[in-house]
Parts: sequence; C-alpha cells; structure tokens
Amino acid sequence: METKYISKSGIEQWFKSIVDSGKRVYAPVNSRDQIEFKRVKNLSEVADEYVQTTQSIKASVYPKAEVLFSYEKEHGKVHLTDFNPDSIPETVLWKVHPCDAAGFKPLSAIFNWDSPDKLHNAHVQKTSVISFSCAMADESCFCTSVNGSPGNLAGSDIQLTMLPDGGAIAEIVTPKGEALVALSPTVFEADKGEDKTKYLVDLPARFSLEEVNAKLNKAFNSTVWKEQSERCIGCGACAFVCPTCACFDIQEDVHGSTGRRIRCWDACGFGLFTLHTSGHNPREHQSQRWRQRLLHKFSYMPARLNVVGCTGCGRCSRACPVDMNILEHITSIAEQ
Amino acid sequence: MEKLRERAAAILADGTVSLVIGYEEGTKRPRPLFCHDGESARKLIFDSRCFHNLAVYLTKKELVGNGRFAVTATISTLRSIMQLYVENQLSEDKLLILTVDLSGTLREFVTFDEISAYVEQFELKRSEREQAILTRIEGMTREERWNFWQEEMSHCFKCYACRSACPLCYCTKCVVEVNRPQWINPWPAPVANMEWHINRAMHMVGRCTACGACGDACPVGIPIDLITRKMMEDMAPEFGYIPGLPVKKGNALSTWKLDDREQFIR
Amino acid sequence: MSSEEIFEPKIVAFVCNWCTYAGADLTGTSRLKYATNVKIVRFPCTGRIDFLLLLKSFAQGADGIIVSGCHPNDCHYTSGNFHARRRWIAFRSILDMMGVDVRRVQYSWVSAAEGSKWADLVNNTVADIRALGPYTDYQKVADYLEKEVQDGEA
Repeated sequence: METKYISKSGIEQWFKSIVDSGKRVYAPVNSRDQIEFKRVKNLSEVADEYVQTTQSIKASVYPKAEVLFSYEKEHGKVHLTDFNPDSIPETVLWKVHPCDAAGFKPLSAIFNWDSPDKLHNAHVQKTSVISFSCAMADESCFCTSVNGSPGNLAGSDIQLTMLPDGGAIAEIVTPKGEALVALSPTVFEADKGEDKTKYLVDLPARFSLEEVNAKLNKAFNSTVWKEQSERCIGCGACAFVCPTCACFDIQEDVHGSTGRRIRCWDACGFGLFTLHTSGHNPREHQSQRWRQRLLHKFSYMPARLNVVGCTGCGRCSRACPVDMNILEHITSIAEQ
Repeated sequence: MEKLRERAAAILADGTVSLVIGYEEGTKRPRPLFCHDGESARKLIFDSRCFHNLAVYLTKKELVGNGRFAVTATISTLRSIMQLYVENQLSEDKLLILTVDLSGTLREFVTFDEISAYVEQFELKRSEREQAILTRIEGMTREERWNFWQEEMSHCFKCYACRSACPLCYCTKCVVEVNRPQWINPWPAPVANMEWHINRAMHMVGRCTACGACGDACPVGIPIDLITRKMMEDMAPEFGYIPGLPVKKGNALSTWKLDDREQFIR
Repeated sequence: MSSEEIFEPKIVAFVCNWCTYAGADLTGTSRLKYATNVKIVRFPCTGRIDFLLLLKSFAQGADGIIVSGCHPNDCHYTSGNFHARRRWIAFRSILDMMGVDVRRVQYSWVSAAEGSKWADLVNNTVADIRALGPYTDYQKVADYLEKEVQDGEA
C-alpha cells in the first residue's frame, strides 16, 4: 500500500479523469431531502456535510432486481440466454464510507459460501471503491464495536482522508486503486507525513463482539427477543438499507412463451419469507424473525463464514419506523 | 402525564388490563412502548411529539392476546380505532383507551360513540407539510404529476413499511403476497411500485383516516401518505362523508347510491 | 412508423357477459362495421373487473381501455355495476393524482340491445386514443429491468 497527498484541485482533476474514462461514477447526492448514491458527472453534484446516506451501496454489487437468465420456448425447445458478466459496465463508487466498503466482505462471503455467485462476483470485479474516512458520526454509528473504524481500509481500493486545506491523504490499497491513480498520476504528490487519525471522528467502542457472541450463543430461547421486538411492525426497511443483508427471492416473469428469472431483494423480517406451501411457518412470530436477524449477523455469520454480518453503519436504526435501535438492543444483550 | 402513568400502573395492577400500549422516549423521538407491569408504566410519556399510530398493534393477536388491553391514543389513533370498530376488527369489551386532552386532563373511552363525540371537536386539516406538497402537486400538469411520481416511485424498494405501519392494513394475507396469479410484481421497479401504491390507495377508499403513518414510516421519504390523503379528500364529497370521521353506515366501496356521479361514463 | 402512417392504437375492452358482450355480439350479427383495434375480455360482471387488470393492460402495451357493462338497474346480479361505478370514481381520482392519463380509460354502459352503441363506442374511443397517440409514457417504464431507470439513467 502506498500513501500519497492529493490537493483540492488535484482531486477535481482526478475526478474528471475518472468520469472522462467512461466509467460510471456513483456518489452521494442530496436530492428530495435524502442523501442517496446516484450517477454523477461533476464533482459539484456530490453531497457534503452529512453523516450517512439513507441506503447503502449494496445495490451496486447486489441490485434490487436482476435478471439471472431469460428464456424463450419455441416448438418444444427452450432457448436460454444466460447472464452475461460482460454486460456489467465498469463502475466507480465515490465517497463511500468505510462501513459501506467493509460490507462487501460479508456480502461476498454469503454469495460464495457454497458455489460462486456469477452475478455478484461480476459486479464486484467491475466495481472500484473510493472511500472517504469519516470525520462525522452520530448516535447510531458503531463501526468501532464491530471490527471497523472511521478510517478502516477493508473493502476500499483507495481511501481519502480530507485535510483542512481541501486536499486529502490518499491511501492506495489495491491494484484496482492503482489503476484509478494511473488515470491522472501527476496529481498524486508525495505523502506529507500527516497523521490520518487526527482527522477521524472519535467513536469509542460500545460493546465487545466476543461478549455479545458468547451471550448470543446461549440466547436462542431467551425472552429478550420477544421483549425487544414487541414494537417491531415487520417491514423490510432495516434489511433493505443494510450494507450486508443478502436475503433474496427468486421470481419468474413470464409472458406467454418467453420469460425471465429474476432475483430480487427480500427480508427475513417479512412473515412471508419463511412461509411454507403447506401453510406452516417456522418463524411464525415477529420475535423469531427479529432473533433471526440478530443471530444471523452476530452469531451464525461469524461462526460459519468467519465474518461479522454488521458493519456498524447504523442505517437500520435510522430507517426503522418504530426505532428498533440495533446498537441499543445489542448493548443490552451484552450487558445482560 | 403523571396521572397517565398512575392510571396505567393501576389498571395493570388490579388486572383490568394485561397490557398498556403507549409511548416512551426513543433515540430521537418517542417510540411505542408495551407495558406489562407497573414498573414499565413509569416510562410512559404522552405529548405532542408522540406521532406513531398505535392502533397498528391492536389487531395483532400475538401481541395483545385474548384479554383486555389499553392503549394511549392520539387523535389520529382514535380515528383509526373508530374505523377498526366500524370494520369489526376491535371489540369494545376488549379495549380501554387512554388519552390526555389539550387541557392536560386524562380521558378514558371505551365505545365508538364516546370516541366519536370527542374526535368530532377536531377538524382534520392538512398539515403544513401536506399543504405544501399537495399544493405543488395540484399545480402540476398531468405529465408533471406523472414525472413527479415516477421519480418518487423509483426510490421505493418495496420494504412495505407503509403497509406495516398502517393500522388499517391488517389483512393476514396481503394482495402482494398472492402469487397465483402474481398481481403485483414482487421486485421493485417504477411501474411495479406504482401498481402497489395505487393498489394500496384503492384498498383505502372510504377507510383511510389520513393519520400519515405510512408516509412517516417510509425510509426513503416518499410522500405516499398524500396519495391516500388526496383520495380521501376527493372521495368525501362524492360519497358523502367527513374526512377522518368514520361512520357506522358502511364502507364507501361496499355500499352505493342510485345517483352516484357518472358523467364520465359514456 | 413514419409520420404519414395512421397510428393504430391497441385497445383492450373489459366487458360484462350479460349486457355489453351480448351487445357486441349483436353488433356483429347486425353486420355493423367497427374498428378492429379492440380486444375484448369477457367478465361475469363489471363488479368483477379488478382495477389492477387495467394497469396490467397499460403495462403490457395497451394504448387505451374500454370498460363496459349493464346500464344501472339492469345488472344481472342486481348491484354489480353500482359497486363498479363507485370503484371507478375512486380509481379515476387516484390515477389522476398519479399522473396516469385517465382519458385513456373509457367507461360505458352498453346493453344487449345496443349493438350500434357498441360500434360507436369503439369507433369513438379509437379516434380519441388515436388523437392522444401511443401511451409510451407508461410503456417505457413498464419494463425497466434492462433500462436502468432505477439508477437515474432512463
């Protein structure tokens, strides 16, 4: 890994060279009173002074709905058109938070746990991540409690840490990052030896993962799930804004003799998610679905995939219509 | 507020009810609270910041059980409770309603008529936010309205928070969960999203009491509550009801009149 | 399509079995000519016509829609058309709010004896929709998956 300095005008020039290279650039944009990732052409469109985008960047490597394959039936024969990885354009994600970038690892772990997921992997391969370390946080942020930090490099190809002069410390983490630097190599100057940590928000850890894990391993039959989830109304807001939630549904879109199979987002909080054709539902009550959400992230994934299923971005807490605050709930379990 | 806590603790202690659903302080705003004993009743609050429509919990059997339960109700919640009474989803002998009126006095209701007499004093007006957005939409051409909603719909990711937050969306099997035939595409896409929201509005005709819970719940900030709000305002003169004041004479779409307007029918 | 060519709108008609379908049948047996743009879907009653079917028609390429049944007081099931009428009132209001072109949905009462009214209804609707042109607004977002409307890249 290499550390460089890039000036304010250098950032502008570099950004322009990325856009000009023909890659799609997505960045946080302020529109309709929400900060969301959108395709941008100019640096001036990029939002400033916010803590978190409403949605994560998950959709860039795991679209809300995607065609797995399409088919056509003719004279008793079926013609299949498979997903084409080359159809995915080169994409650069600009100004990603470290908690979002860190979400790629658990996502990829889920999509590749038994067999490699062609679609997800194609998206990941075509996506470069330019993260910005965090100078701001709010009461919902807790990355430091889940192996992350405001300057965490996991998942980033390049990370910028903004400096008071408008320039930035650029940490070039991966070959993909180097390729982006190569688009405008002259703007990257020698490192000025600034201490990055000076410019990061101070976010003390709120709980210990080991303690939580130990408690959760014995908590399956605890009454805590019912107590915590009474006010949960069973929507999918938490799952859909989450950078690591990967539950999906497979749907068929048929029109006469043609059709396509579509993978779209689903959520374990929905009652329908586990409903069997027989009418039996193994997770009949909301409390069981809430337990699944927490155990999956903090117990099953660490045990089976060796990665925590939460990056501490706090989006679920902010998006929840009834204030199911994940940090508060996890902390209370750790303190039990 | 102290009186509300005392009363809630008392009815829990003497067994009048087994559960009081109210509000407690949350992360940024008040949030729903389920009190099973006097101790948790101490956390109860009730003020103008309480915005959740707690009527949404009253039809959930797994939460309220078979016994009698109480709820602290805002005016919006009371309107929803009246509509739930009309639709036979609540029974008067199972529910005790607590509220604090403008003078700070604790009030208790049980029957539809008691609530009705109280709610009648409050006219359902557009809030500043509702007024601002609706004025904007009403000033648009049809093409502009289409573009406005298509942009909004492109943000919908079908988390169904609108449905979950609505006290009147109590169906155990929603139309979006019907898949033979698949009425509404389960994936998020502008038209599939719009079909869902039109469908929701159609199912709310003559029922929506404009509490705004659906709009509040939307994590991506779509003003979906205004679709039903506008529908309610438009339909009130058509079908002869007062917005936000449920009546026992039957739902707008399950009744009809010989002289219903039909100048649009050729 | 070149500008000289006349636009032939696709129109789906949802009609009730007892009045309008029989009326359309009479149009044929009376040897009355009418536009061929219409595809008829027969329902037991206008009360059975789900509003979502109308939306599905637009999504699958219809430029206009006709919904027709028995005149008031003529319903085979006594009140199906009265219920339907109320639903249409609400549906029109919601569609208009959403910016859907309500002029493209034509409601009508056509009895089993009104063969000529059916021919007029179809001809007039075809003329109206032809004047409005194809409903591309709707069709272009209906099949979004390949088009990336989602990412603001319509």
